[in-house]
Amino acid sequence: MIRFVGWLLAFAFLVGAAAAEIPLNERRTGYELLGPTTRAMQDDDMSNPGMLWVLDGEALWARSAGTTNKVCAGCHGDAAASMKGVAARYPAFNAGAGQPIDLEQRINQCRVEQQGAPAMARESRELLALTAFVARQSRGMPIEDPTKDERLKPFVEAGQALYEKRQGQLNLACAQCHDDLWDKRLVGNLISQGHPTGYPQYRLEWQTLGSLQRRLRNCLIGVRAETFAYGAPEYVDLALYLMWRARGLPIEAPAVRP
Amino acid sequence: MSRALISVPPRAKKGQIIEIKTLIQHVMETGFRPNSVGVLIPRDIISRFRCTYNGSEIFACEMFPAMAANPFLVFHTVATESGTLEFAWTGDNGFSVKESVQIRVE
Repeated sequence: MIRFVGWLLAFAFLVGAAAAEIPLNERRTGYELLGPTTRAMQDDDMSNPGMLWVLDGEALWARSAGTTNKVCAGCHGDAAASMKGVAARYPAFNAGAGQPIDLEQRINQCRVEQQGAPAMARESRELLALTAFVARQSRGMPIEDPTKDERLKPFVEAGQALYEKRQGQLNLACAQCHDDLWDKRLVGNLISQGHPTGYPQYRLEWQTLGSLQRRLRNCLIGVRAETFAYGAPEYVDLALYLMWRARGLPIEAPAVRP
Repeated sequence: MSRALISVPPRAKKGQIIEIKTLIQHVMETGFRPNSVGVLIPRDIISRFRCTYNGSEIFACEMFPAMAANPFLVFHTVATESGTLEFAWTGDNGFSVKESVQIRVE
């Protein structure tokens, strides 16, 4: 019953509401919507469960793999210096692929081309661990504006079109909740503005670490739309648009969210 | 191997109440969930945690399938003397992790 009333309320808000971009000074990351206990959990590296993956990633960074027996650290050295800011500027344009790729794809590219090892599966423990370790090095750094790279502009626009497109059986667009209703509740949960500041992130609901793509699939399933396959270019476009929306906000990976 | 994160203040005053935080990596599979072909995934949980301070037990607990993955436990004790805090997690499939941390009491 409550759920039904919730939907009705949400629907009442939606009727006639045009998606409006959130002004830059009114943007709030999911962290600001957290309760004090979840914030404390994220802030302390000794209680943030995402740090378990970061430590695994640190071990993988120093372990040789593949036919060439290369180590990440062999080329990239100390991640604290070489990987600083990387998560703040991915997805980035990849000249070889002719399209933007996200951080996970970039890590797998290195793994296949440089190490001669098989690509790690999406959402596998190893890939999440390495991504979390790399993303951790950018903590506190502001997200870069992807449109600074001319080549990325069409992909950011494609992402925006996807963000504003109604889809699924509930016929909802991302923008309707995350631009217009972000301070309201959906059932018991606060609707966030959907800024990708903390990925890969530990969701208490998942009881594990997950990528931005997993989170996007969550929302797609929520509106009963068909999901794209993991690694699909649509997710990368969407991620680019989300990074554009979140430009300037600090990276907080690995974040903890309910 | 399973990673554990332990937070104990490295120094404390005699008689001071200190907070100890432990976080360990574990799936805590309940044993009630079916897999993609409908077969139950066997239970795999940590069933017991024990913490000793210079050999005497200061905290212990049993865990059950309802516990979340990566159990996070916070408890308190009184810093009485310098020495070692030992932590042990044991569970299904021979799971056993032991860690120790030094504390200096002044």
